[in-house]
Amino acid sequence: MTMHEITIDHLDDIARGAAILGTGGGGDPYIGRLLAAAAVRDHGPVPLVPLDEIGDDAVVLPVAMMGAPTVMVEKLPSAEQVGVAARTLATYLGKELTHIACAEAGGVNSLIPVVAAAQLGLPLVDADGMGRAFPELQMVLPTLYGVRATPMSIADEKGNRGVLDTVDNHWAERLARSATVDMGCSAMISNYAMSGAQARESLVPGTLSLCAELGAQVRQARAEHADPVARVVERLGGRTLFSGKVVDVARRTVTGFARGEAKLSGMDGDTGSEMVLKFQNEHLVAERDGVPEASVPDLICCLDRESGEAVTTEGLRYGQRVTVIAAPADPRWHTPGGIELAGPRYFGYDIDPVGVFA
Amino acid sequence: MRIGIDVGGTNTDAVLLDGRQVLASIKTSTTEDVTSGIVAAINGLQQQRAFDPAAVQAVMIGTTHFINALVEAHRLAPTAAVRLSLPAGASLPPMVDWPQRLVDAVSGRSYLVHGGHEFDGRHIAELDEGELRKAAEDMGQAGVRSVAITSVFSPVNAEFEARAAEIIAAELPDVAISLSHEIGRIGLLERENATVINAALRELAAHIVDGLAASVSGAGITAPLYLSQNDGTLMDVDFARRYPVATFASGPTNSMRGAAVLSGLDTCAVVDVGGTTSDVGVLRQGFPREATTDVSVAGIRTNFRMPDVLSIGIGGGSRVRGGAGDLTVGPDSVGYELTSKALVFGGDTLTATDIAVAAGRAEIGDPGLVAHLDRDLVRAALDKIAADVADVVERMRTSAEPLPVVAVGGGSVLLPDELAGAGTVHRPENYAVANAIGAAIAQIGGEVDRVYAIEPGRREAVVEEAKQEAVDRAVAAGASPASVGIVDFDEVPIPYLPGNATRIRVKAVGDLQLGA
Repeated sequence: MTMHEITIDHLDDIARGAAILGTGGGGDPYIGRLLAAAAVRDHGPVPLVPLDEIGDDAVVLPVAMMGAPTVMVEKLPSAEQVGVAARTLATYLGKELTHIACAEAGGVNSLIPVVAAAQLGLPLVDADGMGRAFPELQMVLPTLYGVRATPMSIADEKGNRGVLDTVDNHWAERLARSATVDMGCSAMISNYAMSGAQARESLVPGTLSLCAELGAQVRQARAEHADPVARVVERLGGRTLFSGKVVDVARRTVTGFARGEAKLSGMDGDTGSEMVLKFQNEHLVAERDGVPEASVPDLICCLDRESGEAVTTEGLRYGQRVTVIAAPADPRWHTPGGIELAGPRYFGYDIDPVGVFA
Repeated sequence: MRIGIDVGGTNTDAVLLDGRQVLASIKTSTTEDVTSGIVAAINGLQQQRAFDPAAVQAVMIGTTHFINALVEAHRLAPTAAVRLSLPAGASLPPMVDWPQRLVDAVSGRSYLVHGGHEFDGRHIAELDEGELRKAAEDMGQAGVRSVAITSVFSPVNAEFEARAAEIIAAELPDVAISLSHEIGRIGLLERENATVINAALRELAAHIVDGLAASVSGAGITAPLYLSQNDGTLMDVDFARRYPVATFASGPTNSMRGAAVLSGLDTCAVVDVGGTTSDVGVLRQGFPREATTDVSVAGIRTNFRMPDVLSIGIGGGSRVRGGAGDLTVGPDSVGYELTSKALVFGGDTLTATDIAVAAGRAEIGDPGLVAHLDRDLVRAALDKIAADVADVVERMRTSAEPLPVVAVGGGSVLLPDELAGAGTVHRPENYAVANAIGAAIAQIGGEVDRVYAIEPGRREAVVEEAKQEAVDRAVAAGASPASVGIVDFDEVPIPYLPGNATRIRVKAVGDLQLGA
């Protein structure tokens, strides 16, 4: 399924699908959906361009929200804040933007670029930098291709704007994170400006269409009384890891990230087994009876067993019946560079990555 | 003695209590004007057990009036939403996700003004009092009669909401003002929605509360009148005039609280089986567990305090279809037509009530009319009901601890004596008027829900401070100080925020200070 433009009617499906690719994190897409709906209502539908159709000389700019989702649901962006971030960087670069892109296809950041594209009157590339959600700014495939995170722009709702130029992408994460905190923990950023050629090489194609399609599959499966989880597994080419009931959730905050574990007690075919999900905003490792069955960089998604809706790590609670699925990440995440950037060891788990079909 | 009254959509139930002993109870029909139904209920109690109206110490009323008014978009006041947030927030103005029908019904107008706080208490912008006065002038010209004020992060710091209220009240002395930090929690749109709903109901609240007070004093009762809130605690009539939204979910709450008193269990799951649905909630220390997710009311997302209730479409009126192999019960129901459609009443529709009668669990209508039902079918239907209810009870448990189950409501005869995974089902006496009893025994509460920046080593002090504030609020609301205790405490670290930001929620409750 290919979409050629994003209209208001697509937004529910995109939000639902983006929550699934958010792998438990990425923030509640509800605000993103409302922002996108308002932007599309004001400026019209956003043209969606397949990655392989953009020219070598295109100037592609990903945009995203950085900060705490908890803050974003309270301090909503100003009317033009999203577009301002992109415009600021374009001015600094001295280039005319041709396309907006998504840094991550998961959670609220699948929809923020729709707002930017609508506000700036630019087409959106049907692609993103991860093919999922990850917590830190340098964790995008363009990092592997030598695309620099900076210069990057950061804009708050008050009109404060900044452009950072850093020595590497890790420094970009560090400095942008502290600026975000000073700006009130919810800022819009633009970074990884790239040419069309770089975008085709380093982005994950078709991910916005994929979000829309996943959302539509879940919606349709429910209407047909079919199993929505099975549809998601099939579409993502993944597999079901475990069905069970949440019996314990432990959370703690470590250096600004919510780390934790959820314990599931098996049901149906998994009766007698236990699964532990380890997360830092996103799900990172899934262990069955003490043995890792899946890990980053692959996708571990926790879905409500009946409705197929994604359950966020913040929303996990005792008694929920969920199905945990794993889906393969873009193969480039499994290269040594990709694993160094977002493999289990980066997150402090001393294990080798466990692939979906390992 | 006290009187508890539950004004539902169909029935008005009343009980006369001495301590926790039920002296009299009655079910009457709810009347269009509500007042005459209440008068009839009080008279009914008087006939069952004569009492001296002067000996009544308090009257507690639970009502579904306000939520019905919203759902029916009926008698809502012209309302303005004022949001203190600029330059933030302009992307999504107030009422952005409301059904248009309701925006129209409240003649919704909205104003964005500079102000608001950051998560850590800094100002987003200074409050622009000139903008506020200009907005007030515009509201006055537009005939606005009720105003909802919401400031960013007001649950952390409410100073701007309070100041804005002063300014608007000075410009428009006759409008009612609702402040968001008193109504909802973190989550601006949801809290603002709840506040706008509250504002739109204020005129109706004044009218209804006057009517309730008149019907009680008309019965010769001079004792104070209280309304029950969503969380099972009471508010006095002045509070009810200001916060009608806080009564929205008092129906299920009252049933649950009544079930606790009747069964003597203060930590349990309560299954309230009505005609169309079974509502399942959980009591912890006698109070309903609250929903932690947003709750949609009449198509509007809100986040005010509501009990966590899961409903399934199984009740006394549920239609039973299929045979023993492919049998379904509900979710559709014959509803108020039970007495003409059910087999036991000579109708032609097989309902859950017919199944209960055929199984000998209830004597309703003419049992002879269901004597022919296939035994396997009856068994299959009862099993199906038991399995579905057991499943919902299981979902509502929040820990691995076993949770006793209490069944109340007219349809509770449908439930078995044992539920899979839950054990014995407790069936207290007076189960049919559990909601009125719940209203009568309600207590007074105080709550704190705020994000704290907890410095190292300060956690215990911060927690103590929050608990004391909750206790103080309960006492200020009328609780007897000696009886106040903490019934709920919840601490959630917030990701991506520095300074070990932690959201703390504490609830304290105590007995109503009666007399003097």
